[in-house]
Amino acid sequence: MISYILRRTFAAVILLLVVSAVTFAIFFLLPRLAGQTADQLAQQYIGKSPSKADIAAVKHNLGLDQPVYVQYWHFIKGIVAGADYSIGPTTVHCDAPCFGYSFKNHQAVWPELTSRIPITLSLAVGAAVLWLLSGVVAGVISALKPRSVYDRAFMGVALAGVSLPMFFTGNLALLLFTEQLPIFGRDYVPFTENPSQWANTLFPAWCSLALLYSAIYARLTRSGMLETMNEDFIRTARAKGLRERNVVVRHGLRAALTPIITVFGMDVGLLLGGAVITEYVFSLPGVGQYAVQGITDNDLPKILGVTLLAAFFVVIANLVVDVLYAAADPRVRLS
Amino acid sequence: MTELSKTGAAVGEPTPAKAPEAFLEVRDLKVHFPTDDGLVKSVDGLSFSLEKGRTLAIVGESGSGKSVTSQAIMGLHRLGTRGKNVRMSGEIWLDGKELVSAAPDEVRKLRGREMAMIFQDPLSAMHPYYKVGDQIVEAYRVHHKVSKKVARARAIEMLDRVGIPEPAKRVDGYPHEFSGGMRQRAMIAMALVNNPELLIADEPTTALDVTVQAQILDLIRDLQKEFGSAVIMITHDLGVVAEIADDVLVMYGGRCVERGPADEVFDKPQHPYTWGLLGSMPRIDRETSERLIPVKGSPPSLINVPSGCAFHPRCPYADIPKGNVTRTVRPELELVSTGHWSACHLSAEDRQRIWTEEIAPKL
Repeated sequence: MISYILRRTFAAVILLLVVSAVTFAIFFLLPRLAGQTADQLAQQYIGKSPSKADIAAVKHNLGLDQPVYVQYWHFIKGIVAGADYSIGPTTVHCDAPCFGYSFKNHQAVWPELTSRIPITLSLAVGAAVLWLLSGVVAGVISALKPRSVYDRAFMGVALAGVSLPMFFTGNLALLLFTEQLPIFGRDYVPFTENPSQWANTLFPAWCSLALLYSAIYARLTRSGMLETMNEDFIRTARAKGLRERNVVVRHGLRAALTPIITVFGMDVGLLLGGAVITEYVFSLPGVGQYAVQGITDNDLPKILGVTLLAAFFVVIANLVVDVLYAAADPRVRLS
Repeated sequence: MTELSKTGAAVGEPTPAKAPEAFLEVRDLKVHFPTDDGLVKSVDGLSFSLEKGRTLAIVGESGSGKSVTSQAIMGLHRLGTRGKNVRMSGEIWLDGKELVSAAPDEVRKLRGREMAMIFQDPLSAMHPYYKVGDQIVEAYRVHHKVSKKVARARAIEMLDRVGIPEPAKRVDGYPHEFSGGMRQRAMIAMALVNNPELLIADEPTTALDVTVQAQILDLIRDLQKEFGSAVIMITHDLGVVAEIADDVLVMYGGRCVERGPADEVFDKPQHPYTWGLLGSMPRIDRETSERLIPVKGSPPSLINVPSGCAFHPRCPYADIPKGNVTRTVRPELELVSTGHWSACHLSAEDRQRIWTEEIAPKL
């Protein structure tokens, strides 16, 4: 088990290196291949009609005058050892792990990311708890009473949940929760400052995000439960004289939940890389919003940083899911 | 099987709702499942009785209603999502209690304690995520208010009793870590953990290889002697019947076509379908050049059961009785000899002649 986790961690590091190389290539190599010169790249970071000297200075400061592989090497070195960026007359030291330095608003990427992760984490975890609970409960009830009123109602809501875009449900939730029923706040408050205020302001966002996901989970649980409740071991459990409630929860749900764990882990991992649209709609200054900023500003270090962070969470989620799966299903051996 | 007043479906008089003498008595049991294609009459008027310490084998091909019968006795049809649809009628008396009309929770309390069941495929019948010992512990603690420790000791004792080596170690194993035979032994341990008085074994050896089959049958027989329970053995394997059964009940199309003491049914089978089953059974003492004689045709539809005798489309002797009787009148069970019943329109003389002249020499 330990050696398995170590091996997987090693593989994860390699994978992240590959991801960083590919991302780096997309943003720093492709423009060159497409014919843009270093001068043109540097020009993006200066105001209108710059002088030749300005361009040369920026080009040098950002390292754009060096070959791309050298630039990549500097980037990787920065993660491990930190890096220095010269801005005009001064030099700024970017502490390790240095995930780059935003040329646009002159800030290191990493501190900016770490300050935003708690927000994205709060959004993802709160929504995940909501959607897992509601999705599984709705799915189980639907599976136990197929074609009933409950089943049709839940599955109808589920269909709406997956179909409606976040721009719609999110804004609707905002309208409902903060305009019509102004009991929910709008400005994010960190959990450490005021937990109830934290939950209060995040609640509308949780609900909208959870609606989207719980729909999928309700369907997954429903089909999983329908399948497991027909298994032979369910008949055995009934033949023992167990109460039907125990048959459903201890034997049926226990088996049906295992594949759901997998999807759940992956979904949460993905969300930690930034719930772009949700953060945008609810004006949450999370990682997703940072990514949007980076893209609209054409600020490559930001995009690179967010991409790596997202990849990191996905890789970790993968590992956690595999370990959890082995713990949940004794037939799975990690090796 | 004891002497039993005939309670066939066609008898118009209402059966008295009085507890019978026998330990288990099934009267005119019907189990119907409405489906989109029509009403599936899986069991359609079945009666039999069974005493403690005796073994009844229910034989028949797939879809003859044997498993449905056993699950009806256990009350399993009424559970789950399909439970609302099933239509059951008739009476099932177990030790003086009627089960068909009983409240579901009353039947649940009997399940696992007074009546227990062993299933065909022990791999799929055990929960893959729980340790074998924990599954036995669960079965015990449903009906006994004891600590986990006591139940665990009981589980180890049962595993030992069914011949699992190192039971104190295997109790913490998972089903997939057991071999097929060991799994079936564990399944038997789980079924017997509450000393049930009725044990239903639904094709317990079908999924096992032949050498293990005999061991499992021996085990069931030994345990039955020890506990004095009644056993219903559901099987399509007449070899199993010959090995273990005191009485035989042959089912065809959801009804009983012949029943009686096992040696009687083997020595003097009365129904053409029973002859067919005997003819299709492989025998070690038969010449290999001789082919098995299959029962031609395929099992009847349980939605549109053939009129008259359900077996008539496949019966080589369906034209012998006069008139169109085999196609229009459903034969009722008739007493052939003590305890031996058969539902066939052929006259006793015809049956005797066909058996001795045509069938017996080929077996």
